[in-house]
Amino acid sequence: MTLNDVVLTPILPEAILLLTAILILLIDTFLGDKRWLTWIGLAGVVLAGVSAYRLALSEPVSFQGMAVSDHYTAFFRMVILTATALGLLVALNWLDAHGEQQGEYNALLLLAAIGMMLMAAATHLLTVFVALELLSLSLYILAGFERERATSAEAALKYLLLGAFSSAIFLYGMALMYAATGALDFAGIQQGATMSPLFLVAVGLLIVGFGFKVAAVPFHMWTPDVYQGAPTPITAFMSVGAKAAGFAAFVRLFVGVLGVEKVTWVPVLAALAVLTMTVGNLAALRQVSLKRMLAYSSIAHAGYVLVGLSAANSTGVAAVLFYLFAYAFMNIGAFAVVIALERQGEGDVTLSQVRGLAHTHPLLAGAMAIFMFSLTGIPPFAGFFGKLYLFQAAVQANLTWLALVGVLNSALSAYYYLNVTVQMYMAKEETPPRLHWRPVLGLVAAIGVLFVIAIGIFPQVWLGLAKLGMLALLG
Amino acid sequence: MLNTYAVIGLYALVALTFPFIVLLFARLVRPSKPNPLKNSTYECGMETIGDTWVQFRAQYYLFALVFVVFDVEVVFLYPWAVAYGKLGLFALVEMALFIGLLAVALVYAWRKGILEWQ
Repeated sequence: MTLNDVVLTPILPEAILLLTAILILLIDTFLGDKRWLTWIGLAGVVLAGVSAYRLALSEPVSFQGMAVSDHYTAFFRMVILTATALGLLVALNWLDAHGEQQGEYNALLLLAAIGMMLMAAATHLLTVFVALELLSLSLYILAGFERERATSAEAALKYLLLGAFSSAIFLYGMALMYAATGALDFAGIQQGATMSPLFLVAVGLLIVGFGFKVAAVPFHMWTPDVYQGAPTPITAFMSVGAKAAGFAAFVRLFVGVLGVEKVTWVPVLAALAVLTMTVGNLAALRQVSLKRMLAYSSIAHAGYVLVGLSAANSTGVAAVLFYLFAYAFMNIGAFAVVIALERQGEGDVTLSQVRGLAHTHPLLAGAMAIFMFSLTGIPPFAGFFGKLYLFQAAVQANLTWLALVGVLNSALSAYYYLNVTVQMYMAKEETPPRLHWRPVLGLVAAIGVLFVIAIGIFPQVWLGLAKLGMLALLG
Repeated sequence: MLNTYAVIGLYALVALTFPFIVLLFARLVRPSKPNPLKNSTYECGMETIGDTWVQFRAQYYLFALVFVVFDVEVVFLYPWAVAYGKLGLFALVEMALFIGLLAVALVYAWRKGILEWQ
């Protein structure tokens, strides 16, 4: 290999983010006012976005066969960079209470984002693994960022132990995949795919590994504790980013590479989808903590996305991309409201704390209501079209029963989402909630509302982008 | 195919039983005359004074982490230096990147005051 063979172009957005992260770490030690670090991080994200956009305009380029920059990658870069920008913003004021570690927060967030984008771009199992570890290691630290709060440390430890466990399973699946097909790159795996027992075991282990990362039942045990215990800005970021990254690699490997003809993995994933939706929604019904409720809701949403994945057709893949994009805005928006409600040092919000919010903070309550409607899947908000496309794909793939289970689950989820709205608007509280109102949280909530409505009103525009991404995968 | 596995199996069998055979044989032929001096822990220096369950300072851990920066660097630098003639410019750039990243880590640790004993 010579120097001329190494062209960094396909991974330029990731390289830009890496340089930004290093710059932040170095500047942090010299700088007095740490707020600048967030803006430097945002500038890096914008630059990465511009370069990702320019890459999306050109032909797909491969990076040494390890990663590829095509429209599919571009779509996920858009989702992940959006989540990263919002994740940096929601933490701006929250970080003031953690003055010493602002540089570490921003840098780790960017490193996690690099891992996520590389997972979407990966065309080699080793890239998938390295990217997975980069994003996981960063998130382990971020989950335990509030060291003085015991629940945060607990979240970090649980995430680390179960994350390491799932990484090991994933690695074992990779090893067996290599034994069965003699290849670790996606093209080689596609050629060598056979129905041998070894290959099936490898596929099974990879499903378990991905299942952990996207929090599918029965591999979801870590999710509620980690999401509840981690600092809320981190929960917002990882519930969207880590999920999108997990699904990005999941879909590329299973739909794009393995396909449905050679290996019958669809029944397994369909069963996982049913379990994930149902368990997530049933558990969310009983929660009193808003963060824990959103954690179970994110499990349920992983279930909806699995429906699209099980469909394994072009509609399904496009629907998965569309859904993850829409989900980024509604979920981070909802978490921005949770952060606004949070009391200093508590790191959690109970359902009773939102009682009567509409009377004291009508705008905030209105935004929260829109996010809840969208998460339920009520038109004309983004969540509705996301679910519509997912279930449509399932019907097209002759999985009508799966679509039915999904619809029933959506109805079930309406109870706990709308309950939040009821508490905010109907309930009277003697002592109305008092907020540490921050303009930047308002900005994030406003961006969330704007996109939730824009995606809901012009779904075709965004679906068109998602279809471009799908075409890069399925031709 | 099966033949190669048979060779590996045979090798594993020999490897597993060999230590036991040696130990068993040694036990049969060696004289056994224990005394207090022979049974003492003479190999690892002094016997410990006081309780070994003491708290170590967390700072040692930080030093160990910084040490890893140089440790890993050397592990990669040696084979790189040996094969440098065949690797060419590409390897030079790669190694410069690698050392550059590690240097950033060191500067970061330095500025954060980790190298000062508190």
